[in-house]
Amino acid sequence: MADKNENKLNLIIESSPHLRSPRNTTQIMYMVIALLLPITIAGVYFFGMAALVRILVSIAVAMITELIFLKVRKKDLSDVLDGSAIITGLLLALTLPPTIPISEVIIGSAIAIGIGKQVFGGLGYNIFNPALVGRAFLQAAFPVDMTTWVKPFFYKADSITAATPLGGFKFSEIVTPLKKLLMGNTGGTIGETSALIILIVGIILLLLKLADWRIPLSIIVTVVVFTEFLHLLGVKNLGNPLFYLFSGGLMLGAFFMATDMVSSPITPKGSVIFGVGIGIVVMIIRVFGGLPEGMMYSILFMNAFVPLINRYTKPRVFGEVKK
Amino acid sequence: MKALTFKKGIHPKEFKELSEHKELKEVPIPPKVIIPLKQHIGAPLVPVVKKGDRVLTGQVIARSDAFVSAPLHSSVTGVVKSIGKFSTPLSASDTCIEIETEEKDEFAYELNVENDYKKMEPKEIVQKIREAGIVGMGGASFPAAVKFTPPEGVKIDTVILNGCECEPYLTADHQSMLEFPEKILEGLKIIMRAVSAERGIIGIETNKPDAIEKMEELVKNEENIYVQPVKTKYPQGAEKMLIDAVLGRKVPPGKLPLHVGVVVSNVGTSAAIYDAVVKGIPLYKRVVTITGDAIKEPSNLVVRVGTQFSYLIDFAGGFTKEVEKVVLGGPMMGITQFTTDVGVTKATSGILVLGKRKSVKEFNCINCANCVYRCPMNLVPTKIAKMAKAKDWQGAEYYGALNCIECGTCSFVCPSNIPLVHWIRVAKNKIIEIKKAEGK
Repeated sequence: MADKNENKLNLIIESSPHLRSPRNTTQIMYMVIALLLPITIAGVYFFGMAALVRILVSIAVAMITELIFLKVRKKDLSDVLDGSAIITGLLLALTLPPTIPISEVIIGSAIAIGIGKQVFGGLGYNIFNPALVGRAFLQAAFPVDMTTWVKPFFYKADSITAATPLGGFKFSEIVTPLKKLLMGNTGGTIGETSALIILIVGIILLLLKLADWRIPLSIIVTVVVFTEFLHLLGVKNLGNPLFYLFSGGLMLGAFFMATDMVSSPITPKGSVIFGVGIGIVVMIIRVFGGLPEGMMYSILFMNAFVPLINRYTKPRVFGEVKK
Repeated sequence: MKALTFKKGIHPKEFKELSEHKELKEVPIPPKVIIPLKQHIGAPLVPVVKKGDRVLTGQVIARSDAFVSAPLHSSVTGVVKSIGKFSTPLSASDTCIEIETEEKDEFAYELNVENDYKKMEPKEIVQKIREAGIVGMGGASFPAAVKFTPPEGVKIDTVILNGCECEPYLTADHQSMLEFPEKILEGLKIIMRAVSAERGIIGIETNKPDAIEKMEELVKNEENIYVQPVKTKYPQGAEKMLIDAVLGRKVPPGKLPLHVGVVVSNVGTSAAIYDAVVKGIPLYKRVVTITGDAIKEPSNLVVRVGTQFSYLIDFAGGFTKEVEKVVLGGPMMGITQFTTDVGVTKATSGILVLGKRKSVKEFNCINCANCVYRCPMNLVPTKIAKMAKAKDWQGAEYYGALNCIECGTCSFVCPSNIPLVHWIRVAKNKIIEIKKAEGK
């Protein structure tokens, strides 16, 4: 028996709440991209047009791959602009040597989006950091190209090949001065060389709450403590903690890769465990492994534990008594 | 005094300025009222009047002998036109009593009564509260008399009055504290006597400094009662959060405030209790905020139970633009209505009229963990939602579904616009259903 005064309002029935915070996923993605720009510009400054071309190719291929998968999976094609594919393409490029053949950039970027992200179900479903999946593939498939390094400003000079600070230390016991590491005037991937710039934008990233501060902080603290611990154990051929912090991909990885929301833990305790794990694994690889660098593998390794970490670090419900 | 608070929570935009400090206006008697029988959590009521009966204002029209219930009184003088199914704010179709009103009130209760509650035994006070049909008016609508009857052996030491009004938009409690603070304070003392508590605390959010000042002025000579400012943060007014903020006591999962020796009551309920116990007036009127961006004159109204939303909307000047949602309650926990014909209930604290807004797209969860970091109950909303979508009810329970207070914080902060609290509700209902079926 409905009321006679039924009016012609077109009211929406929806579950509460009827207010939403203004921040959305696309905004988060583009804010991260904006923060990656200074690092990108530094890379182009040090490694010139070669770097710029590789960055643009990587982003373009990432977006095209994303688009193809969206089309095949009959998803909303506008999602290609949600920013996540751009981040993956950009991050991948930042972890590549400046002179890697373009064809390999294309392969890496396609693998990053295709295998790293879309086969898992697209945005939000991937277990591993997609950019690092692409990079890991390249490392396995093209080990020589992936470890051929050039000096900054190589495009102006004659001698072009160089070692990375970590490689130099591991294989030739050359210690790169801290100032050089901070400024980025060393050999390395396109985006990893200037620790100072990464540190600055990384802190802004944390202040804007675009990443969980617990992850980079626990990585950094763990690297320092673990290195000191190895010193105490009398491990030979060991650098000082600051050297490990500011060389290689540690800063870039700690602030921009490990903190990838999708592939990192969602609980406060979990984030700390994740960060400590990365710190320990990266140092084990760097000190005892065959490779001078270990950031990529340590993040991927810990990514695999995230579902487990989440499950066992569930916060205690309000009012629940400690068992 | 330093403002206290709980952990986590959010700071949504308040929108209170729309109706803030607008003086209470008594809404005229509408031509008819539709009074839903279901006014509270608990046993369903049975009508004690029939079609064609003339009823007086304040006359009992439905009741139940069950313990967890509160009788229902006519809010007007008039003739019962029908007893049947109508839309109510909580249901598409439920039993209501429709009454055609007369212009003048004839009261079923004595006027100008002045009882002295100090001479009453706690039991007598509770009985008066029960007979007056008082339920929690903050929104939960639990029968007050039941709340004030703690089980054998449970000692209540503190009564907290909830003047937080943490829902955005709503200003009914705020205005009540400004206009009849004495009643609210007396109501608190009555509750304290009813449950034999030695201490009374009035918790008010700091966004209502004038209310804090007014109540503080009033209690300055009281020995056992004080005002505790609490931070303006959502959901500060949730019972568990308020007790935690004010006393530092945490109500365990699945338990009631009395487990930690506390009774919490809304300020509006407190005033109604004063009316019931001292003046002998049953609960048939309440303060309702009508507000929103699509209503001409947002205001704080004194409304008779059963008054149709449409009548109140007209009284507030009507709509100013195309309306998308009419919500019972505040924007965080309120329930959308599909018609404005529904009648106000005892727990209707607000009517929110929202104009057309840009539709938002739902993205996949990106594990940003905002919901985890903001949930006042320390649940893992995103996991519960994912489990619910996958129909993994055990998983949903593991991540805390049953402890959800449905405050909406998770959905509010979700950058992917996932209706998390909706999925948690789905899981919660299903888990309870399964448990019942298993006989637990």
